[in-house]
Amino acid sequence: MSRQRTQQLARILITLVAAIAIIPIVIVIVFLVINGLEVISWEFLTQPPRNGMTEGGIMPAIVGTILLTLGTAIAAIPLGVGAAIYLAEYAKDTRFTRAIRLAIVNLAGIPSIVYGLFGLGVFVLFLDMGTSIIAGSLTLGIMTLPVVISTSEEAILAVPQEFRLVSLSLGATRWQTIRNQIMPQALPGIITGVILGLGRAAGETAPILFTVAAFYLPEMPKSIFDQTMALPYHLYVIATQVPGMPLSVQYGTALVLLFLVLSLTLIASILRTIMRRRREW
Amino acid sequence: MATTEPAIPVELEASEPGRPASRSWSERIIEGLIKLCGISAVVIITLIFLFLIKEGVPAFREIRIAQMLTSRWYPIEGMYGIVPLLVGSLLVTVLAIIIAVPLGLVTAVYLGEFAPPWQREILKPLIEVLAGIPSIVLGFFGWLVLAPLIQSLGAPSGLTAFTGGIILAYMTLPTIISITEDALYAVPKEYRDGSLAIGATQWQTIWRVVIPAARSGIVIAVMLGLGRAFGETMLVLLVTGNAANIPELGLDIFFQPVRTMTATIASEMGEVAQGSLHYSVLFAIGIILFLITAAINSLATHLVGGGKRRRGSQI
Amino acid sequence: MTSTKLSVENLSYTFPDGTNALRNVNLDIQHNELFVIFGPSRSGKTTLLRLLNRLSDLIEGAEREGDIHFNGQTIFSRTVDITHLRRSISMVFAIPTPLPGTIYDNMTYGLKMAGMSKRSLLDERVHRSLIQAALWDEVKDRLDDSAFALSGGQKQRLCLARSLAMEPEVILLDNPTSGLDPISTTIVEDSLQNLKKQYTIIMVPHSVQQAARVADRAAFLLDGEVIEYGEQERIFVYPQEERTVDYVTGRFG
Repeated sequence: MSRQRTQQLARILITLVAAIAIIPIVIVIVFLVINGLEVISWEFLTQPPRNGMTEGGIMPAIVGTILLTLGTAIAAIPLGVGAAIYLAEYAKDTRFTRAIRLAIVNLAGIPSIVYGLFGLGVFVLFLDMGTSIIAGSLTLGIMTLPVVISTSEEAILAVPQEFRLVSLSLGATRWQTIRNQIMPQALPGIITGVILGLGRAAGETAPILFTVAAFYLPEMPKSIFDQTMALPYHLYVIATQVPGMPLSVQYGTALVLLFLVLSLTLIASILRTIMRRRREW
Repeated sequence: MATTEPAIPVELEASEPGRPASRSWSERIIEGLIKLCGISAVVIITLIFLFLIKEGVPAFREIRIAQMLTSRWYPIEGMYGIVPLLVGSLLVTVLAIIIAVPLGLVTAVYLGEFAPPWQREILKPLIEVLAGIPSIVLGFFGWLVLAPLIQSLGAPSGLTAFTGGIILAYMTLPTIISITEDALYAVPKEYRDGSLAIGATQWQTIWRVVIPAARSGIVIAVMLGLGRAFGETMLVLLVTGNAANIPELGLDIFFQPVRTMTATIASEMGEVAQGSLHYSVLFAIGIILFLITAAINSLATHLVGGGKRRRGSQI
Repeated sequence: MTSTKLSVENLSYTFPDGTNALRNVNLDIQHNELFVIFGPSRSGKTTLLRLLNRLSDLIEGAEREGDIHFNGQTIFSRTVDITHLRRSISMVFAIPTPLPGTIYDNMTYGLKMAGMSKRSLLDERVHRSLIQAALWDEVKDRLDDSAFALSGGQKQRLCLARSLAMEPEVILLDNPTSGLDPISTTIVEDSLQNLKKQYTIIMVPHSVQQAARVADRAAFLLDGEVIEYGEQERIFVYPQEERTVDYVTGRFG
């Protein structure tokens, strides 16, 4: 076969395969939307379940997911951004620093169920928090830590070196430079990364299985030591363990979860674009 | 105005009147806190490992390793052979990688080399969307749509290793695509230009020059995808069936239900008494998962170059 | 106050990767003079400047021998207050780099970091420094505009004014007119003549010609070594070393 023919054939095949990769994504989303939309109503979104999940809505699960996401933010952001500042601005290139980076990479790779085990062992049992929002948030927070650290560090390193030099040469201290020049300019990148990490946390089931999630709790949690419903867990249960649960309800729940997670991703992207445009340099 | 008496004193030695002494104290505290945050990652991962060991070691003490390496997983009757679970994890993961790597590699090539800009504008966000879909939702889709489909193709049940492999492959796809894309993009333009300049076609350039040059990045993409697929829980829980058996060898080895290690922990931990043997064994499986993913990730990091990330000595 | 403002003694400096940036440099810079350090690119001029205000501290793993004295005191001892040093020895970089914010923000940044907060004091410094940098008339009505809206020449004068606001004793200028049009260049050079009455100025020039125009004394730096240094006339009109002659007359560069 001539080279030109090979080129054409290759091009066609590659395009085809890429389509095979991409098209199912669209199919999945469209499928969910078509099948789930009918059940989405104001009642579905704002009412608690009644009659053993046969009536009412999934509001507690939505609220629970939001609460857990907030809890994750509180657990992961201070620690994660602090660690990022340390790595970007203070850490020297020593073996210990490399150990820290290795630890972060490994934390990122730990299966989510292992985080669930850890959360169960440490927060629920050892620290006696019981299955609770705080236990779940801490577990999700630790799981989200690597993402926050990585994206924050990238954002900080992306701030041009010139601003550091100017600030220092005008007599500012290292911390003054970080606080007044670096952090404000790195903030957009940090926020974007954090929101993406939170989006992932919101959709996770395994870490909350044994640390916080409950199935039928029509009342709102009253303290951080209470259990709560959560969308991912809810979906899991109604799909596999509740016989007779209408398909539309299942699809609707999946749709709500998908929507929540994807809107966080979307917000992150929009924020990134807005902040990049407002940048003066 | 002369500089003989500047308003800010000239003494070089530390402590100057113009500046409140408290600031250097609060700065030191803040910097101390930051350093603490910095070591937190090491502290946490050590804690995780230690805790897993603490809760999982009793299992190794009560059951000899040889017993654990048997092929009957039947906790109710005290049988803790983890081989079926290992096999389950392996089968599903290998399948997923076999599907995802070619798919991902080709898509990355398409995005980087063939796709017109308008397509790239659509496709890249779409892939990010795929990356954002919670794995439980993908599993849900597999459970409701793909499994019945496969069943209608003749399998006794649609919940098989194969079903798991496909959905898992798609879950892993964004990781593989984006890292491969980066690796392809990092190939210097001169390589491409040089190849085209001697008359090679675009495809020849890609196949013989660009991809080999991006080889190490692609390997890393595969490894990271492998790690993710291996550690996935809910997705496989939903679609691979729930049979802790080793599938029979044969042409339809992939079309039988299996159970992965991750799914085992997820489905059984809820019904287990704290401190019991079953409990410890599940933690022991957790240790194995931890070690395997740690090995994969550490190897990948090592290939990248130790994870050094500095701005370089240019100021 | 003694007459020697800064003295560099047997200074050698090696980068972490092993390159020898400076070799046994000996210089002394006098009070209220305009001292020029010139030479081909990569001779160590910028490195030397950044050692003078210890921005070089940012480079991990570099090795230094020798010393630098400022007003008779070493700048490298552990008890030296670095922020203080950098306010006394202020630097203007080659590429005009305003900080994000308004012109007023830029002018007052260093002062605020040093603890000055009284509005009237700040305003006075801003006013005075902008006049000294020959920028006041052009920006006096728009101090609250973004600093990035200025032209290249204005930005550079802003950076100069920013340094002057700190009321330093020494001003380090690293190629301050590179990239500026001839008119801006002349404005900057002229203001230097005024400034040296109050400050000591050390400058890396854009060209040999600029060096010859502005210098009181000059040092020729080649490959990290000081080949010769001294009065302007000596260096540029009848240099002693052959390499100096070759560079000054343009035989290499």
